[in-house]
Amino acid sequence: MNGLQWLGASALGFFRRLGRGHLFFLDTLVALPANWLRPRLIVQQTYAIGVLSMIIIVVSGLFVGMVLALQGYNTLVDFGAEESLGVVVALSLVRELGPVVAALLFAGRAGSALTAEIGLMKATEQLSGMEMMAVNPISRVIAPRFWGSFLSMPLLAAVFSAVGVLGGYFVGVGLLGVDEGAFWSQMRDKVDFHDDVMNGVIKSIVFGVVAGWIALFEGYDAVPTSEGVSRATTRTVVHTSLAVLGLDFILTALMFGE
Amino acid sequence: MQTRMVEIWVGLFVAAGLAALLMLSLQVSNLSSMSGDDGYTIKARFDNIGGLKVRSAVKMGGVLIGRVASIDLDPVTFEAVVSMTMDPRFNQLPQDSSASIFTAGLLGEQYVGIEPGGADEVLKDGDTLLLSQSALVLEQLIGQFLFSQGSKDKNAGE
Amino acid sequence: MSFEPATADTPLVEIRGLRFLRGSRPIFDGIDMDIEAGKVTAIMGPSGTGKTTLLKLIGGQLRPDAGTIRVDGQDVHRISRKALYELRRRMGMMFQSGALLTDLTVFENVAFPLREHTDLPESMIRALVLMKLQAVGLRGANGLMPSELSGGMARRVAMARAIALDPMMIMYDEPFTGQDPISMGVLVQLIRKLNKAMGLTSIVVSHDVAETASISDYIYVISQGKVVEHGSPQNLGRSDSPWVRQFMDGLADGPVPFHFPAPTLAEDLLGPA
Repeated sequence: MNGLQWLGASALGFFRRLGRGHLFFLDTLVALPANWLRPRLIVQQTYAIGVLSMIIIVVSGLFVGMVLALQGYNTLVDFGAEESLGVVVALSLVRELGPVVAALLFAGRAGSALTAEIGLMKATEQLSGMEMMAVNPISRVIAPRFWGSFLSMPLLAAVFSAVGVLGGYFVGVGLLGVDEGAFWSQMRDKVDFHDDVMNGVIKSIVFGVVAGWIALFEGYDAVPTSEGVSRATTRTVVHTSLAVLGLDFILTALMFGE
Repeated sequence: MQTRMVEIWVGLFVAAGLAALLMLSLQVSNLSSMSGDDGYTIKARFDNIGGLKVRSAVKMGGVLIGRVASIDLDPVTFEAVVSMTMDPRFNQLPQDSSASIFTAGLLGEQYVGIEPGGADEVLKDGDTLLLSQSALVLEQLIGQFLFSQGSKDKNAGE
Repeated sequence: MSFEPATADTPLVEIRGLRFLRGSRPIFDGIDMDIEAGKVTAIMGPSGTGKTTLLKLIGGQLRPDAGTIRVDGQDVHRISRKALYELRRRMGMMFQSGALLTDLTVFENVAFPLREHTDLPESMIRALVLMKLQAVGLRGANGLMPSELSGGMARRVAMARAIALDPMMIMYDEPFTGQDPISMGVLVQLIRKLNKAMGLTSIVVSHDVAETASISDYIYVISQGKVVEHGSPQNLGRSDSPWVRQFMDGLADGPVPFHFPAPTLAEDLLGPA
């Protein structure tokens, strides 16, 4: 009987949180347009979220591209198809790894920081204080950060893919001796702008919305104690990663499944 | 001022992101070589298209001039109907050109090869190529080869 | 901002039959209170009686389960969100922690409500902020970050911020808790001084008996969800209610028991582990 009660309580708790999350999302959406009256807030958050994530994105992108080239080469060379190396590297990056890995890194680097920041603001009554100053924290604190993630994610994913392709180029052409002309021309032949590049961009936009939403909601909904904030930060990373991977599967099935 | 530096960094960040997108569109993908929207469409019918796929290349004399847009099956004649979006730069193809399906290399991808005809009239949007040659299916080829070898042996034996 | 001073006969804040539950535990169980305009009113009671909750109810951040709270004639929980925000601009609140925005300097913290709610030119904002900081004696600290301030200084900055928009009332949440005698003295003086100089209505929530009694015009003592006594400090000093005596004189045991409700010690010690 206790087990049953526990099950019911956790289900209710889950749906209550889900409801709060959606209301929070709606509140944020309503507050979004007015933010452009004060673009400086958005610029500041884009700095904290996007610019400060650049190093990890560039370095990871470079190494992922280089590893892809090494691994791809070893397989392709058996079929005498090493000239397709560019295609392998570019397609993997643009379609999947760029948006997904950038989103996972984003969750670890920027998402956790967002949750901790908002959670601590709540714990130290800063959000409450704003409300008492007749300032809506959703539009002053949450919405600019949401804009920051929304704008940063596609750019970060594009940088990741582009740097990855360059990394693949260095290893493939520079180190392994793949013909440079074939590397680029095969790539351009097989990578389609609409089906591959644009779909990758759409993915990263969706991931940006979801990652920003989860990170901000976890912070806003955190129990205002040090333990609560630390739990919320962990949840942000875990939930964002799971959501990104799950959504990636759904989006891939919708986009590339015929 | 500090805000100034922040703004400059964000400007650099956005520029870097857009440059990366531009590189992905122009250098990595086919946006520069072909814009699919303003091309014209022609059709060809084949008995067998082998491994031809949507987005396979359409070539003439080895030059890429279009891509396969869609593949259908005619419910009456049971022929495969292949629609191809052609690069608008090549709009002077003779109307009696013929289409064949070739394979790039021994194991490579299949593509549509167009042989120019001699007519003065040119192909327009929606036209159908009259002459076509189906894909060579390896199993059929081998089967035919063995069959003819077999009959040759029989002839030699008599 | 329209600014109508409440007339003397109607109180600025009027609380009627307030009931508030946390879970199923009543925090307030039918409270009536009148807070006169222009006076310093203290709300006192032992820790955990929900005094902070009361301020949040007055500010409209929490909703009561029953009863009404009217501030300047408006029912805080019936008016629209927009009207509530309008009303809040005319209320200042000083949180126990100060609740300063940690990513902004002292100057920017005090300028925050001005920047959010007005379109004043920068020079005007600067003048106003420095004046407010001067009033709390921290003009020299305007470039510091909140993390560089002591607890007492943070509260004074919070006070400067609370009066930035020249509100009609200001609520202090435990302004004296955890302060050394000097900063406590400074805060006590400031509350009285600001109240007089700016014609404010002040609500002080506190359990520091002596300091609060020294500056307030009227005191409400609440305990276990009810108002147990109210009156001027002099009258309360003479009260012979055991509640008030225990609280004002700081006795360990009395109507508020020393022990948290529990089974008897013997039962607890001998019971199953």
